[in-house]
Amino acid sequence: MIIDINFIGLIIASIMASAVPLILASCGELITERSGVLNLGVEGMMIIGAISGFALMTVTGSLIIAVFGAMLAGVLISTIFAFLTQTLITNHVATGLALTIFGIGISAMIGKNFVGIPGKEFPVLFEGLKDTIPLLGPILFGHSIVFYFAFALPFITSYFLKKTKIGLIVRAVGDSPESASNQGINVKLVRYACILYGGAMSGLAGAYLSMIYTPQWIENMTGGRGWIALALVVFSTWNPIKILIGAMIFGGLTIIQFHMQAIGVRIPVQFLTALPYIVTIIVLVVISRDSRKIRLSTPSSLGKSFHKDN
Amino acid sequence: MHKFLIRSFVSSLVLLFTLTVAAVAKDVKAAFVYIGPTGDHGWTYQHDVGRKAVEAAGFKTTYVEGVPESADAERVLRQLANSGHDVIFTTSFGYMNPTNKVAKEFPNVKFEHATGYKREHPNVSTYAARFYEGRTILGTIAGTMTKSNVIGYVASFPIPEVIRGINSFTLAAQKVNPNIKTKIVWAFTWYDPGKEAEAAKALIDQGADVIAQHTDSTAIVQMAEKAGVYAFGQASDMDKFAPKAVLTSVENNWGPYYVDRVKAVANGTWSQKDTWHGIGDGMVVISDLDSQMPADLRSKVKKLQADLASGKVHSFTGPIYDQKGNLMVAEGKTADDGMLAGMMTYVKGVEGDIPK
Repeated sequence: MIIDINFIGLIIASIMASAVPLILASCGELITERSGVLNLGVEGMMIIGAISGFALMTVTGSLIIAVFGAMLAGVLISTIFAFLTQTLITNHVATGLALTIFGIGISAMIGKNFVGIPGKEFPVLFEGLKDTIPLLGPILFGHSIVFYFAFALPFITSYFLKKTKIGLIVRAVGDSPESASNQGINVKLVRYACILYGGAMSGLAGAYLSMIYTPQWIENMTGGRGWIALALVVFSTWNPIKILIGAMIFGGLTIIQFHMQAIGVRIPVQFLTALPYIVTIIVLVVISRDSRKIRLSTPSSLGKSFHKDN
Repeated sequence: MHKFLIRSFVSSLVLLFTLTVAAVAKDVKAAFVYIGPTGDHGWTYQHDVGRKAVEAAGFKTTYVEGVPESADAERVLRQLANSGHDVIFTTSFGYMNPTNKVAKEFPNVKFEHATGYKREHPNVSTYAARFYEGRTILGTIAGTMTKSNVIGYVASFPIPEVIRGINSFTLAAQKVNPNIKTKIVWAFTWYDPGKEAEAAKALIDQGADVIAQHTDSTAIVQMAEKAGVYAFGQASDMDKFAPKAVLTSVENNWGPYYVDRVKAVANGTWSQKDTWHGIGDGMVVISDLDSQMPADLRSKVKKLQADLASGKVHSFTGPIYDQKGNLMVAEGKTADDGMLAGMMTYVKGVEGDIPK
């Protein structure tokens, strides 16, 4: 096998493509969790986004409607979660789990009529520039708009949380809803908004899978990526840049282990398959081992319900 | 008005009663137990197509999808046997023990277990398809169509069914092109479009220009389409997902067998059987051959298909050697069903080791 520089570029490009849904869903969930809400329904919201995007694309033929429709579907289903946990003050963990089960079930029901229909080709940008620069060409060019958005998102999220007033409010609500409330912040409203935003990003992540990555609908097609996204948020200690690193390592090892198999590296395949999970956790734990920083970035009211009158 | 209501109520009761009696007395009811969702467009989907054929033949059917291969399976089977089903098809290997266990408790219900080998009670039959015959055809096509001489193969789990497929594919490909290399990547899933696509991409990036698969989703043929290489459909005709990439598909066609067996139950002629059908009996179907294949290859494939069907050609005809060069099947002999059923070694020419 010849390892040339473009080959490496191709591998990096496929690693980045596989990291996109993880980055989107994790960054969305990060905002939700930073406001103090633990939504375990990421997998459910993702799969709802996947079927909504695919169904809308098939029915309307419009990719724009489909992408925004998938985000809207994520918003709608997360509204259920928001209503239950914020208005009816139900337990976050139980409600989130229910949301995942609900999402998987309802997506299968809607999806019955969309099985076996081929998807449409999603347009890519700067296709012509791919061969102009060695190595960087395939990495930088020839991807969908969602791809570029996903790689900008961690930086936008980081800026939003650190430098903007609304970001500060979100963090305040997540750290101490009581104090935030006393400052005149509408805790419930902020949390609603953060949950809905998380839903939109999960929906977009699902749409990426069913419309761009593997354009088709089949049941359970998210294949547990929602859970991995959730784990990334925790192991990155609520830091969007570390989410980006974690998602790249996870996607990278998944793809590199396939390459190692194809080259014929004699390492037990089961070990190679487990590698992405093990290494991602180890790396994230190691780069986030500063306990002071963890304390600073962990939303201290995470998963706790907030009553205004208690 | 009241009278009318009462009358219609009574008459509908009578009607319902007659219908129920009729159903119990005459109709044969068949039940299907599925491992996955019917929406997988793969293994379970094809079984459900078979179920619909039974329905079209005038029988009542029910199905339960997503049944785990655990104690849950027993519970589902008991429930189905208790609720008046005459024949129950259990369509995954892992249902083998639950099927036999429940069959003992319901001697009047017929059980049909797919891909297993245990028939502990007279009311249990087993059935499977010789998919490896289809893979002989795919191997022949792949060996002829490849230009890079590297053929990629996305495999699921190291079980005899999959190993047999890899061997049969490689033997056929080597026969038409001794220079080919089969690169195998184990995805360790039957069904995860994202992972399957990544596995296929890795093989393509390493120079494979024909991709075969033993996983269920259409992600691989779509990836091949995007990359401009060839691929083959699995379980169902996947041509519409990747019209340029898909050269042909091997389809699982359970319908005729299902209709046959349900009819046998209705006629009272059902008896225990072990069925292993291939191309000849129509359980394995080769989809239309793509016009990108040269005409002489197409006619060669057609002939091979006919010879496999008639038994003139066997996928595993000696001499066959394993990777270490030990003789597996002697010259002029063919592998017997026992050897095929337990095949856990690669033939010569396949690269790498079988994951343990």
